[in-house]
Amino acid sequence: MKSCLIVDDSKVIRMVAKKILHELSFKTEEAEDGAQALEACKRSMPDAVLLDWNMPVMNGIDFLRAMRALPGGDHPIVVFCTTENDIEHIQEAITAGANEYIMKPFDSEILQAKFSQVGLL
Amino acid sequence: MRPEDFDFAAKLLKDRSGLVITRDKAYLLESRLTPVARKRGLKGLEDLVGGLRTAGEDLLREVTEAMTTNESFFFRDIKPFEQFKAMVLPAMLAARGSRKTLRIWSAASSSGQEAYTLAMVLKEEGAKLAGWKIEILGTDISTEMLEKAKAGLYSQFEVQRGLPIQLLVKYFKKTSEMWQIDPAIRAMVQFREYNLLHDLKPLGQFDVVFCRNVLIYFDQPTKTRVLDNMSRVMPDDGFLYLGGAETVLGISDKFKPVPDQRGVYATTRMPGK
Repeated sequence: MKSCLIVDDSKVIRMVAKKILHELSFKTEEAEDGAQALEACKRSMPDAVLLDWNMPVMNGIDFLRAMRALPGGDHPIVVFCTTENDIEHIQEAITAGANEYIMKPFDSEILQAKFSQVGLL
Repeated sequence: MRPEDFDFAAKLLKDRSGLVITRDKAYLLESRLTPVARKRGLKGLEDLVGGLRTAGEDLLREVTEAMTTNESFFFRDIKPFEQFKAMVLPAMLAARGSRKTLRIWSAASSSGQEAYTLAMVLKEEGAKLAGWKIEILGTDISTEMLEKAKAGLYSQFEVQRGLPIQLLVKYFKKTSEMWQIDPAIRAMVQFREYNLLHDLKPLGQFDVVFCRNVLIYFDQPTKTRVLDNMSRVMPDDGFLYLGGAETVLGISDKFKPVPDQRGVYATTRMPGK
């Protein structure tokens, strides 16, 4: 069973994502911001990270750069999931090492399509 | 709805688009034609269908378009495009090396995603295709879908179904709430109104035909006729792509499955045909 770390400061989004990911047979863990997510990665690297951009304490892009610099940090497949929907943000995410990018609002169909594109399904 | 009205509507749809609506699918008329009836200021579906016998061409067209399924997305099913890149394209590049022309048809192209996917796949091949004249034609019976395809404008939802993010960044521009495909990609594709049930010869010859998730709406004789007509506008070494739930087996002897390549069919030539 593959593991996915859900990083979002919205409890509702985490719940929705968790439900979809469980249906796709993922084991999930949650973090409310980038700092919590980084701690989770230090304990154990997930196979996938579903990552919000704007969060308190540490945002998604800073988390991504920090995680990629960790030992084994190249392992997780990172899918951004954010309301930021302009080319500049998308490009910055790809440069920082994101594998895919979901623009909110999203549904299970989009999440599934994106996860299968990057080989998680 | 009176049974004779249903029968009239069903025959009309089959004649104009090949779509088969059986009585157990009558709910489709309800869900898709009620908005048309409302738009026309009619009381409801009964009035619309009851009036079809005396309706003008524009209403008949609108009803037909409303009944056709226009679902389409970029890189639909992924696999066919990987096969195209790995197997069909190299075969074609080798076979057409002297004249350097290739014609591809996206039959029933809907809002254009399949045709544009092919254009992006070809564009990504870059240098290999230098000096080649490649035509991609998308055809559909729905003028509304063709307009959308030509504009190359897609919603945020549409560009997230199957399109890899790298290709979105590379080939699309954001225009307010929509995403528009690059003019260079748009220039690789032509869109034209055409009915698959008609004689296909005026469209010219196609080396590769994508006709996916179209035949499923037709009855067996219509499937056979369309496949036979397609084979007539394809060369001896042509390839046909069908949808995952479609096959030529038992329907047409003009194509044979390509071994180990699901959904891909090669033209066959029977002696004397």
